[in-house]
Amino acid sequence: MVNKESNSYTLIFSAVLVVLVGVLLTVVFEITNAPYEKSVEMEKRQNILSAALGKSLTREEADEQFDKFIKQSKVYKADGAEVVGIDAFNLDLAKEMKKPEAEQMYPMFIFQDGSTTRYILGMRGTGLWGPIWGYIAIESDLNSVYYAIFDHKGETPGLGAEIKQAIFQDQFALSKGKKIYQESEFRGVFVEKKGKTPETSEGYKHVVNGISGGTITSDGVNNMLQKYLKAFDAFIKKSGLLSTAQQANLTSNVVIP
Amino acid sequence: MSTETIAIEKVRKPLFTAKDRKLITDPLNDDNPITVQVLGICSALAVTVQVKPALFMCLGLTFVVAMGNFVISLIRNLIPSRVRIIVQLVVVAALVTVVDQALKAYAYDVSKELSVFVGLIITNCIVMGRLEAFALANKPGPSVLDGIGNGLGYSLILVAVAAVRELLGSGSILGFPIIGQWALDLGYKHNGLFVLPPMALIMVGIIIWIQRSKNQKLIEAN
Repeated sequence: MVNKESNSYTLIFSAVLVVLVGVLLTVVFEITNAPYEKSVEMEKRQNILSAALGKSLTREEADEQFDKFIKQSKVYKADGAEVVGIDAFNLDLAKEMKKPEAEQMYPMFIFQDGSTTRYILGMRGTGLWGPIWGYIAIESDLNSVYYAIFDHKGETPGLGAEIKQAIFQDQFALSKGKKIYQESEFRGVFVEKKGKTPETSEGYKHVVNGISGGTITSDGVNNMLQKYLKAFDAFIKKSGLLSTAQQANLTSNVVIP
Repeated sequence: MSTETIAIEKVRKPLFTAKDRKLITDPLNDDNPITVQVLGICSALAVTVQVKPALFMCLGLTFVVAMGNFVISLIRNLIPSRVRIIVQLVVVAALVTVVDQALKAYAYDVSKELSVFVGLIITNCIVMGRLEAFALANKPGPSVLDGIGNGLGYSLILVAVAAVRELLGSGSILGFPIIGQWALDLGYKHNGLFVLPPMALIMVGIIIWIQRSKNQKLIEAN
């Protein structure tokens, strides 16, 4: 009978256990990683297209329709300078966030359906427990918010995790009239405690309500929106996209910045 | 000779003996992991804002306790007692990781719904508590039953707390509105305190109070 309490038995037992568990986990990872990565990629298409269309699509629907609607994309830096030769879809924002501010790259996707054009910004930020990310769609006037989709890695369900629910995302719907410019000044969209800005005030066009009990996640969404909308502002000014949009709006008699 | 013994064994031992049934029913009341053993309180606070995440947590935990109990019970005679806690931890962590990976690959939506919970199961005191208190000293069969029983006992309290918190905090159950707009129009307001963690502790306290007033066995003699 082996002495279970001897040092050598304990060491051998531990070593065998760890090796077995290690092999098991490696095998499981190898088997499950490919389907997992495919789901992640499909979900990215789903999020981009859902933001652009303002309705939720299934992953399969989005996968089929993505190439039909999203034909163009751009990558630019915080100062608005376009970066050529980088695929916006495969841009890893987690890696970008680790770079110095001025070197970070920002992805934008252009949705086109007949004469309708929308710009979808890919975003990433930090919540309470981990990364949060999202896609915000801007109308062709480059001012009105059309819709936004948010997601997170591990925010608290029922609290911070509510950012991915319709109740939060619907605040960005076109009908809510959220704008990123006030007159011709850039303001962006803020996430605030409900009631801080009165609903009747002009400023309410730039405000959505945060989540009670999810303050740190709400602040994370707020910072993320500011960062990516600011870069978008720089890009459309530098690339001349904004003045083209203003021209178009003058002729259509819509008052936009 | 041997066939005879087996036949007698079969007569003597039905699928679930009274003792086996007690393994399932005891944790529901007399030996409830949350209200009597006071284990797993952390997750009772964290995941009871709404019923749906609480249900997912219950399913995950019940599965892991049952499986963990089974595996530890199988190797209980091989584990050196000095490193048994680490061995338990390795087994539980491996199980949870396998479940997490499988969900990610084949049930992506469920895995998103569960998000951090799957990882949190590793740290749930009930898992380690049952491995230490039951699986190390019992056969695999009863250990699985003990795991399921404790998982159910935990679920019972978690769902009860979550139902009250979601109803009074957000006016809904499982996301379906129960307290309608008419009540809000009449001046009813959702109680924001129920959404916050302290209310879970108070709810667990109230459940313990009710349980002890009804169950004489739990009243400690002075």
